[in-house]
Amino acid sequence: MKRYSPLLILAGTVIVIQLLTLITGKAFLLTQLTMSAYYVLVAAGLCMVMGYAGQISLGQAGFFAIGGYTTAFLTTIDFSGKTATAVYKILDSMGLLISKENLYGDTVIHISPWISLLAAVIIAAGTAYFLGVPVLRLKGHYLAMATMGFGIIIYRIVLGTPFLGEADGITNVPEFIIFPGVNVSGDFTSRVGNYYIAWLLVIVGMFLLLNLINSRVGRALRSLHGSEDAADSMGVDTARYKVNVFVIGAVFAAVAGFFMTHYNGGIGPSEAGVAKSVRYVAIVAVGGMANLWGSLVMGLVLNFLSLRGVFGHFDDAVFGVILVLMMMFMPEGFIRKSVFNDLKTVILRLLKKEPEKFKQGAEIND
Amino acid sequence: MTELADLSDPLLQIRGLDKSFGGLHAVDNVSFDVMPGTIKAVIGPNGAGKTTLFNMIAGFLPPDSGKVHFRDILLTGMQPFQVAQEGFLRTFQNLKLSSHLSVLNNVLLGYHTRSSAGFFSGMLSLKRSRMEERRAVETVMPILEWLNLDNKCDIEVGNLSFGNQRAVELARALAADPAMLLLDEPASGLNMHETEDLAERIQEICSQGRTVLLVEHDMSLVMDISHEIVVLNFGKKIAEGTPSEIQKNDDVIRIYLGGDDA
Repeated sequence: MKRYSPLLILAGTVIVIQLLTLITGKAFLLTQLTMSAYYVLVAAGLCMVMGYAGQISLGQAGFFAIGGYTTAFLTTIDFSGKTATAVYKILDSMGLLISKENLYGDTVIHISPWISLLAAVIIAAGTAYFLGVPVLRLKGHYLAMATMGFGIIIYRIVLGTPFLGEADGITNVPEFIIFPGVNVSGDFTSRVGNYYIAWLLVIVGMFLLLNLINSRVGRALRSLHGSEDAADSMGVDTARYKVNVFVIGAVFAAVAGFFMTHYNGGIGPSEAGVAKSVRYVAIVAVGGMANLWGSLVMGLVLNFLSLRGVFGHFDDAVFGVILVLMMMFMPEGFIRKSVFNDLKTVILRLLKKEPEKFKQGAEIND
Repeated sequence: MTELADLSDPLLQIRGLDKSFGGLHAVDNVSFDVMPGTIKAVIGPNGAGKTTLFNMIAGFLPPDSGKVHFRDILLTGMQPFQVAQEGFLRTFQNLKLSSHLSVLNNVLLGYHTRSSAGFFSGMLSLKRSRMEERRAVETVMPILEWLNLDNKCDIEVGNLSFGNQRAVELARALAADPAMLLLDEPASGLNMHETEDLAERIQEICSQGRTVLLVEHDMSLVMDISHEIVVLNFGKKIAEGTPSEIQKNDDVIRIYLGGDDA
């Protein structure tokens, strides 16, 4: 259970931050914190793919967009004039339709977001699978280019497809009622609730990924990062493992895209842009590559600053510069184990205690 | 030298393996058997095709023609991971380890084929998956102790000496409980003392009932521990027999010491 204590600390921090915003009267910050949480989810999934399994993906925004656009398209279909169709009757008999009044007092009937969540996950996972099988045979720059190509294709598709709103994207996406009283929407009254939904999702995601890292599969993934031949020669079906982890990363991005779209009430093509994919890669790189907690912290900090407009017009440029600098000077990332160890050593020395790291260091050179 | 196990069927059958790279005939119609419970060595001068032969046996390189049977399983055409799943494990001349992972995690990778927890049970950390992990650690600890690595479990492999890294590779292969081990130049990069130690280990592995096939440069190691030796030269098998037969073989002497036509 010791493994889960960081998750409890995370949950505690989430609560403390909410209380702080309440006390200081800055509850408006919760909006950006909620959105950051969804971006953190994408980064965590990518961290698994890129940091642990060593497979770079520059198409993560594409999967985010698949999740977002799937639900935006499906839940904005109005069935109110189509009550005679077979599709309506089937959906209605299964209780999968939601009826409500819009601003003008007209009745709108739309599909339950639970259906579109399922669809988003299936489409993203299927796309990742059929993309991953051929593309994950590639390595290094070639894999980066191929996944970036996928990202560009998704971007151009959403930009050029009339029923996906072209450059305007899709708006008026209904709220997602998880159960009565708890819904994902941009409504001011549910701001606190949404903040908790988003971070609960992050905690669940972290729980799943941390478990995975520490499992048999996680070890195989980390090994194939180190040496694919080694993993192969020990009986790991490396091709299948790479595709599976790629699918997991895609599902995390799609789920984040789904929730973000219901939270914002819409989605636009910029979410699918290559600049967004670069941003996710930069976050994982700064976070220390094979470091889920690093991705979480940097994902939160950088996205929060970006959403607050701290970077101004240079938003995308800032992430580009971060990526270049990280690759040049700190390829192992800003938040990495050794930083914590160095910090610990310094603190222990200040406390006049013999740091344990030195003892172990003697053993290494035998 | 331990006595040969008196089992009549060969564990590994290599029949007519052939491989060319452009104009170079790297392995030329090589056939031999490996009997269960024995140590067999493949020797030959540099460029004789030993590593190419090895890679073909382990599924890392498809042969142009020829077949490899392990028990009654056809290994030819299988992926390396499928070969490993049959209990047929290899090590590498140039170590292939995950240098950023701990010694324990590297060795636990060898347990992969003996466990089954997948992505879902891993993510949900199901009880079955956790039990399996515990069993894996319990299984590999004696192997680590046997190779004097038990006090280095948590050290990243990249920080170990070369000799210790070789030991980690051996431990990793043994963690899979292989029926057969392929050792690719296990003594390269080791000093004399380490090589002697290795010879003892290989003999012990064999006495546990495992069959060993090795490619090796170190003649004294090969002569000391092998039950049988195959000699390759320019891709062709030129001799096969016990160490004493090989030492008397005229062709072998000519290759290694230089003869009239050399």
